[in-house]
Amino acid sequence: MTTKRTKWGALAAVGVLVIAFGWLIYGGLDSNVVYFLTPKELLAKGADGYDKPIRLGGQVKPGSVIWDEKALDLRFAVTDGTGEVVVHSKGAPPNMFKDGQGVVVEGRYGKDGVFKSTSLMVKHSNEYKAPTKGERPSEMYKSLMKSTGT
Amino acid sequence: MTRLLAYDAILVALAVTALGALFGPIAVRRGRRDWLMYLYAAVYTNFVLVTVSTLALVYGLVSHDFSISYVAQVGSRATPTFYTIISLWGALEGSIVFWAWVLAMYAAAVVWFNRKREGNLVPYAAMTLLVVALFFHVLLIGPANPFQPVFPVPFDGPGPNPLLQNHILMGVHPPLLYLGYVGLTVPFAFAVGAMLSGEVASDDWIRLTRRWTITAWGFLTAAIIAGMWWSYEVLGWGGYWAWDPVENASFIPWLTATAYLHSVMVQERRGMLKLWNLNLMVGTFVLTILGTFLTRSGIISSVHAFTQGTIGYYFLGFIALVLVATLFLVAGNSDKLASDGKLDAPLSRETVFLLQNLLFTTFMFTVLIGTLFPLVAEAARGVKVSVGTPFFNRMSIPLMVALLFLMGVGPALPWRKAAGPELKAKLVPGVILGLVLAIVAIVAGARNVYSILAFSFAGFALGVNVEEFVRGANARVKAHGESWPIALSHLVGGNRRRYGGYIAHIGVVLVAFGVTASSTFRTEQEATLKPGETVTVAGHTVRFKNAWGREEKQRQVIGATMELMDGNRVVSTAEPRMNYYPTSQQPVPTPDVRSMLSGDLYFNLMAFKQDGSNVTVKVIWEPLVPWIWFGGFVLCLGAVVGILPQRQKMAAAVPAVALAEAAP
Repeated sequence: MTTKRTKWGALAAVGVLVIAFGWLIYGGLDSNVVYFLTPKELLAKGADGYDKPIRLGGQVKPGSVIWDEKALDLRFAVTDGTGEVVVHSKGAPPNMFKDGQGVVVEGRYGKDGVFKSTSLMVKHSNEYKAPTKGERPSEMYKSLMKSTGT
Repeated sequence: MTRLLAYDAILVALAVTALGALFGPIAVRRGRRDWLMYLYAAVYTNFVLVTVSTLALVYGLVSHDFSISYVAQVGSRATPTFYTIISLWGALEGSIVFWAWVLAMYAAAVVWFNRKREGNLVPYAAMTLLVVALFFHVLLIGPANPFQPVFPVPFDGPGPNPLLQNHILMGVHPPLLYLGYVGLTVPFAFAVGAMLSGEVASDDWIRLTRRWTITAWGFLTAAIIAGMWWSYEVLGWGGYWAWDPVENASFIPWLTATAYLHSVMVQERRGMLKLWNLNLMVGTFVLTILGTFLTRSGIISSVHAFTQGTIGYYFLGFIALVLVATLFLVAGNSDKLASDGKLDAPLSRETVFLLQNLLFTTFMFTVLIGTLFPLVAEAARGVKVSVGTPFFNRMSIPLMVALLFLMGVGPALPWRKAAGPELKAKLVPGVILGLVLAIVAIVAGARNVYSILAFSFAGFALGVNVEEFVRGANARVKAHGESWPIALSHLVGGNRRRYGGYIAHIGVVLVAFGVTASSTFRTEQEATLKPGETVTVAGHTVRFKNAWGREEKQRQVIGATMELMDGNRVVSTAEPRMNYYPTSQQPVPTPDVRSMLSGDLYFNLMAFKQDGSNVTVKVIWEPLVPWIWFGGFVLCLGAVVGILPQRQKMAAAVPAVALAEAAP
């Protein structure tokens, strides 16, 4: 008798736990999933796109970069050809950051139309491509060596 | 020549494992114990053959034999020999070779140590290990073949991935991970052997696998900590855990293995949870294969890679095979898996173990679901998503805090039922330490409830676990008149598993302090500095001296010399660098870390003017981070203490155990 009752009790307890856990997971995923979007897709979302974790991918719009070295304040536009979104980030950009470069920025899109970035990554393919003039490591290295006189 | 030797060795090993796996059950069915030597010979032969193949591949790497596809893919003449050797596990195919070799080694060791044992457990376990080895041999001649001919033979290769040749820990972390990951195949093989031979009804197979499980768990623990350290020292973001799918893949089976190490004690002491333990062991193995699938098929980093390689299908097929086979086995043995005991009192050590298992399993599912969700979302809804760190933190931090609490309660509670006054005495030091640390955390500025609780419960657990040593040693001093250190060593020697466990708990506490402190009190400052300018982070003043360049054999280096100041005096210097490898457009950041007992100063060179007139550096104050690495060491020390042989001449307990084991 008692064993049967405890068995059902245990099953019910496990059931409640599983449901509670599932609900927690669902809620957690719902508010913390990061969407990969292009500027066009983000703009198409309208008000739905505000204040959600988003990973925005595209190119740095040539001529849009404003970099304040002392305040470590960076503004630029990310474009995918059709749409463009203004991005604001703090901190020095990665070394390869430049006009036309593919980038992925993670952050949230605000109601003011500015994408506040918490992380900025330069997109680079894993395949080997010969560096172009000016970005060849040996050149950067040589110019630094020359200036420091060592 | 080298290529053919390496390839043919795997081909023969494939035939040997297949024949052994088929032949083993025949020998057992016919009751021909004299035939078992052939089964065991297959296991040893496989080890010899895979060793030959692995050594041949390493020789190919070191001798720059670019006619071998794997060498052409990861080798380069400019790479230092150390990094050339360790590039054995730097890419997919080589890592499968290494996996097969570690598995062959474990299988040979398992058979060697248990070859004289009566019964059918060991033959079936050996057969299971051969089946798993067979799967990896199939991968090696199929989708992950590192021994393909290359023609025309290139003169030089691209070298290993720059990230993998930038730090010495790359020579440490992967072998540890394989020893842990692959080692978990051994308890799985024994579980299958126990079910096939019907020995699952007795707990003998559990005692037999105890050391193997702790060994594998210890290696996996060390590997995870070493991986965190690598990430911290190499990736330049100043963190050690990002809930990256690759990290999760190693962490998920660790959670179930840790749950098993605890719940198996309930089975040994009380004859409960037999079915549960069996499932944990099988589940842990499946999770290691799933983890390998996630990290090796390319499915996670690029979801579309599924169609490019076929190796993913092999893994999925193998996982399905293991699941179906073990499901049938468990169902067929369910009558032998009934509990002998039952829960006597709600406040007992058993209850804590049950709760602990519940939390660990929940933790496992949380990480698993978070890791797999992007795959499901893309398949079901066609959206590209990733699950961010906030999800994992939000779900796991309460679990971790609760587990810290249980780690303090568990050792204090006796088996079966709680005893009043003794329990109180055991809890007092822990409770005091917990309260003190809660106050210290609040005074230090912690405002997050979870981080205050984490400090407090970690202190509580520390107090209770240390108290176990103090109380036991004091009792021996009184009873035997031993000196305190002798009493302590006899205490630990008399019950190595128990005290090894407590040592591991203390290691967890140290890790918890490091993780909580560094996530609560981390401060960082990014600054663009001219030579001679300073920046102050958390009271530490740092001066930029100069930028410099250096040419090394396989790379070019640009660095900044930073001076750590005490007033006007230079205390020490740090040299964060950027390493430029010819094969990568991106420089590889190479942060520099100055460690103190109270924490690390972490320097990362972010950018520099090409004329050297200024640099941008990120300086991070990382409180208590060195404690994580030391705590990891203590954790592994606990595992080592747990597997060392028991001291022989112990009091009355030993004859009783010996009798019980001698009984049929």
